[in-house]
Amino acid sequence: MATVTRPGAPAGPGVRRRTHPVKVDIARALPLTPAIVLLLVFLAGPILWCVYAAFTNTALTGAGSGNTRFVGLDNFRAAFTSDAFANSVVLTLVFTLLSAVVGQNLLGLALALLQKRSVKVVRTLVGITVIGAWVIPEVVAGYLWYAFLAQDGTFNEFLGTFGLGQNWLYTLPIIAVSLANVWRGTAFSMLVYNAALSEIPAEIEEAAEMDGATGWRRLRWVTVPMIKRTVTTNLMLITLQTLSVFGLIYTMTKGGPGTKSQTLPLYMYEQAFSFSQIGYGTAIALVLLAVGAVFSILYMRLLRED
Amino acid sequence: MRRRSFLTIAGLGAGTALGTTACGGSSDSGGSAGGTTKVAYQQWGSGTVMKDYLGTVKTAYEKANSGKTMELVPIVASENDYYTKLQLMMRSPRTSPDVVYEDTFLINSDITAGYLQPLDSWLGQWDQWDQFQDVAKGAAKASDGKTYGVPDGTDTRALWFNKDLLSQAGLSPDWTPTSWDDILAACREIKGKLPNVTPINVYAGKAAGEAASMQGFEMLFYGTGSTLYDASEDKWNVGSPEFVDSLQFIKTIFDEKLAPDPSAALDAQISTRVGEEFLPGGTLAIDLDGSWMSSNWLDTGGAPWPEWDAVMAQAPMPTEDGSGDGEISMSGGWTWAMTKNAGNADDAWNVISTLTSFENNLRYNINSAAVAVRKDVAGDPTYTQSNPTLEFFSSLVPVTQYRPQNTDYPRVSNEIQVAMEAVVTGQASPADAARAYDEAVKGIVGEDKTATL
Repeated sequence: MATVTRPGAPAGPGVRRRTHPVKVDIARALPLTPAIVLLLVFLAGPILWCVYAAFTNTALTGAGSGNTRFVGLDNFRAAFTSDAFANSVVLTLVFTLLSAVVGQNLLGLALALLQKRSVKVVRTLVGITVIGAWVIPEVVAGYLWYAFLAQDGTFNEFLGTFGLGQNWLYTLPIIAVSLANVWRGTAFSMLVYNAALSEIPAEIEEAAEMDGATGWRRLRWVTVPMIKRTVTTNLMLITLQTLSVFGLIYTMTKGGPGTKSQTLPLYMYEQAFSFSQIGYGTAIALVLLAVGAVFSILYMRLLRED
Repeated sequence: MRRRSFLTIAGLGAGTALGTTACGGSSDSGGSAGGTTKVAYQQWGSGTVMKDYLGTVKTAYEKANSGKTMELVPIVASENDYYTKLQLMMRSPRTSPDVVYEDTFLINSDITAGYLQPLDSWLGQWDQWDQFQDVAKGAAKASDGKTYGVPDGTDTRALWFNKDLLSQAGLSPDWTPTSWDDILAACREIKGKLPNVTPINVYAGKAAGEAASMQGFEMLFYGTGSTLYDASEDKWNVGSPEFVDSLQFIKTIFDEKLAPDPSAALDAQISTRVGEEFLPGGTLAIDLDGSWMSSNWLDTGGAPWPEWDAVMAQAPMPTEDGSGDGEISMSGGWTWAMTKNAGNADDAWNVISTLTSFENNLRYNINSAAVAVRKDVAGDPTYTQSNPTLEFFSSLVPVTQYRPQNTDYPRVSNEIQVAMEAVVTGQASPADAARAYDEAVKGIVGEDKTATL
């Protein structure tokens, strides 16, 4: 157990003093052992196997299956020289920025701000609608959007009256899946911001108003600085969630047409399960993990600067 | 920094959660025991030809072998997913079926993977084996000289077309194109005269799986006189101008809207829709497809269509400019194979030999409109009179080509589908898609095994 210290606090002895003999701690930890063993076997085991597989030519058929060899960094080398992989990295970043960092985050904040100022009926209705989108399973949400955006879908029926109908999943697939992800995931950000905004003392807002800060300026100079930590934490959580979105995109476009919406999780799935290259697929999973780690470190830096 | 490490772990967790999906395995009930033989096959779309056939074989087998049972394991999946699911099942003795239905193009790869066991010790004592044509016997022969599967039929490929629609477009009901340009000219004619009809379907893209590689790309590419793989040199063909030509043909039909809308063409249901919806519905004029297509329209098929023979006709696929034999076809087929983990090998063999016996094979060939591989079936009047197209499709055997019998072929085939899809969606020009294919093939087989043939 690491000790908890606030950044900048003088670290020294006596931060946390043991009040029990060690024996009691062990006795307390005993009931946890089955859970820890289960976690090791069913979570850490497969993870370690995946790390190992990423450095081999493991496959579901052919030589990689009958005669699995250690191939060092070959899988990673193949990935970094592959156009399809580069395309997936770019699409993953586009999807994450568009649907999480911009879409879910800003829309969630906007909804939370609106809810704060509106009457209870409106608050409840908006809450139910937004959270409803979040509650339904990913695959169902994917099909809903597929039905909505398809060539003969609701959206085109409506646009068709203006002669603007087109198959959105075919013409702008990454935009279409990003929209669907915003629709589905905004509730989380909204709830987080609802909680944060309710923490802001009313007198601060009143004082700001007395000083003539209204609307945008109050948001910019008072509200946002007050909830800065929440913003960063929320960004981190939704970024990591969005990086690993699979079901929604798979049901809507399967990563297609071509590879126009093939984000890293879909590319990984295709290589590992459609094309049987498990080793290469797990190598891509490790890369995805690294992307997630990079984002996390960035956000953590932001948090530390407070 | 405890929080920091916690957040890092949280960050890593997102990725590992993805990674672990690749490591899960379904736990089925244990392997076969006590006289039960598990038979795995693909069930996709609404056609139940295979299911019905296996049902009757099961009844007969259990009656003839008291105490033995044949358990059918339908794998509901599209083409590529079927192979994946089957391979995942075969990986573990606990989940492995005993007898599996294997496409000849994949069997070499699965043999190399160690999933299957050779059948020579039984075939040597099987009085029926001589009834199988030599070409078919070789279909499941691996590089070690052993035979790993018993074929149940073969197929050829050609152009199916709707006589009524072609007549309405001013073309002859005996239409016989002699070059790719002929086909394109006919398609443009149909498009001009019948705006609501899709002129031609050529499978293209990852969703159609092997159908796109074989019925689509290879029917074009082998018609240029080129080849994907030279077995005598053990070299794969890269940098081939004919490869670009074939992709250009695909690009032309999609760019000019002579083919189905890409959103339909790139959907996993496309082959089912062509057979059960577009052709019977008269919304598709020409289809580059397999000899088995009419099995969709028989009483036993997924979309019975009594008038099919009056409406649909066939023409050989011409070579690019009519040179060579002037026509081209590709052949494949499926085999019944035994897994390495078969609980009781003798029982499994018993099932395989029952599945491919004269009466059973005759019935299956008739219902699936397959080209027979057993000489006695091919000569049987009930078979020859069962389907008016059999004679035509059998006549293509002299010009037919086979896919590379090489363990790397399935991976190369995936790259062909990727190249086709890139061209169909306009993501890449034929030349760029061919270049990407060349790079991918070099990565798969090693640069030393590639050449421009």
